[in-house]
Amino acid sequence: MNLKGKNLISISDYNKQEYLEILRLAKEFEENPKQEILKNKVVASIFFEPSTRTRLSFESAASMLGAKVIGFSNPSATSQSKGESLHDTIKMLSAYVDIIVMRHSIEGAARYAAEVASVPLINAGDGANQHPTQCMLDLYSILKTQNTLENLNITLVGDLKYGRTVHSLVQAMCNFNATFHLVSPTELKLPSSVKMHIKEANLKYEQYTNLEDVIPFSDIIYMTRIQRERFSDPLEYEKVKDSYILDAAMLKGCKETMRILHPLPRVNEIATDVDKTPYAYYFQQARNGVYVRQALMTAILGVK
Amino acid sequence: MTNISKKELVVSAIENGTVIDHIPVDTVLMVLSILGLDKYEDEVLIGNNLDSKKYGKKGIIKARNKFFEQKDINKIALVAPKATLIVIKNYEVVEKKFVEIPEKIDTILKCINPNCITNKEIVDTKFKVVEKNPLKIQCRYCEKTMTNIRFAE
Ligand SMILES: [Zn+2]
Repeated sequence: MNLKGKNLISISDYNKQEYLEILRLAKEFEENPKQEILKNKVVASIFFEPSTRTRLSFESAASMLGAKVIGFSNPSATSQSKGESLHDTIKMLSAYVDIIVMRHSIEGAARYAAEVASVPLINAGDGANQHPTQCMLDLYSILKTQNTLENLNITLVGDLKYGRTVHSLVQAMCNFNATFHLVSPTELKLPSSVKMHIKEANLKYEQYTNLEDVIPFSDIIYMTRIQRERFSDPLEYEKVKDSYILDAAMLKGCKETMRILHPLPRVNEIATDVDKTPYAYYFQQARNGVYVRQALMTAILGVK
Repeated sequence: MTNISKKELVVSAIENGTVIDHIPVDTVLMVLSILGLDKYEDEVLIGNNLDSKKYGKKGIIKARNKFFEQKDINKIALVAPKATLIVIKNYEVVEKKFVEIPEKIDTILKCINPNCITNKEIVDTKFKVVEKNPLKIQCRYCEKTMTNIRFAE
C-alpha cells in the first residue's frame, strides 16, 4: 500500500485497507514513539483558529520523529489577518515545507488548500465539516480496546446532529459491519445524510432517547457534549440536558469489555465518578492521537 | 412543418450548426454563457419570447458551425432541462439531442453554506450530483448536501 503524497481532508478520502494500514503503523509508533525518521523533513503546522489540544498532538508527534515544525497557532499573527488570501498563504508555504497540517474555521478550506498546495496536506479540522485525524484516533481506540473493529455495537450519545466527530465515525465504522445505537434528544438526531451511509452499507441503526436502555449491549459508548446554543427553544434544553449524563451507577450490568470514548473536552456529560471505572477510556483515547498522527505523517511522507 | 417555417422567419435558418430549442425565456442568456456562445466568434442568432405550444413562451438559439458534445449539453440541464438540440447539416436536421443531468456541476452554482470557502474566497464551485430526481447535490469543498439550487451571480 502506498499512501505517499495522499492528502487526508475527509475521512472518506481513505478506504478500509488504508485505515487499517494507518492503524497498524500507529501500533508500531505506540511501541516505539521516538524515532528520528523525519529528521530532514519540515512540517508546517498552521492553525488559523486556535485548538491547543490538536496542535500539541500534531507537533509533539512530529517532534518525536525528529521533524522540524514551523507555523503559527495564532491567526492574528498571520498575513491573512492583513488580507492575504488562503490561496497565497498556501502557495508561499508549499515552497518551504514537506507537508502541511492545517486547521481553519471555514468549511472546505482544507480541500481548497490541498488543491492549491504542491505538498500533501492533512486537515486538522475545517469548521463544522471534517476532522479526520480525530476519527482515525477514535478507530485506533476502538481497535485497541475491542481487539477488532468488526461486528461491534457502537452507541453514540448526545449531539448527533452537529457533532462532526460522530458523523465521521459513523462513516468510517460502516466499513466494519457495525450496528449503530443512536441516543439523542429529538432535536439533535443524526442527519439523514449520515444515516444514508448506514443504509448504503446495508447496516442497522436504532434511535433512542433514553441512554440507560442501550448500556447493557454496547461495546463502545461514544459520548458527546450537548450545547445549549444548539436548541431553538431554551426550555427544551433544560428538559433534556441531564438525561444524557453518564454516571458510574448507570454502568452496572454493562459488558466487561465495554469502553467509553469522548472526543474531549468534556463538560459534565460524563460524571467524574466514571473516571475511576475500568470502562473510562477517554484520556488514553486522547493519547492515542499522537501515534495515529505519527502514522499518518510518515505514511503520507513516504517514510513508512 | 408550418410551425418551424414560421420560426425560421423570426430567426433565420442556418446551413450548418446547432439549434437549441425550448429554452425557458428567463434563462436564454445563461444558456448562452454556460455554452460559451457569448464569446463565440461565428454567427449566433437569438430569439426569445417566441410562442410555444408546449410551454407558452420559449427562447431559441442558433449557432452557426457549432456542434456540441453530450457532456457540454448537459451543463445546461439545470437552466433548460427541456431543451432540445437540433443538429443541422446542409439545412437538414440530422440529429436531435436532449439534455441529461450530469454527474458533476462546476462553476455555475453557488453553495448555500455561508461559511463555505467558495463564499469566502474566489474559488470556482464544484458539486457532485448525489441524486438526480429530485435533484440533490454535494459541495466538493464544505461537503454539505443541498436540494435547493442557487445560481452564481
Ligand atoms: Zn460548500
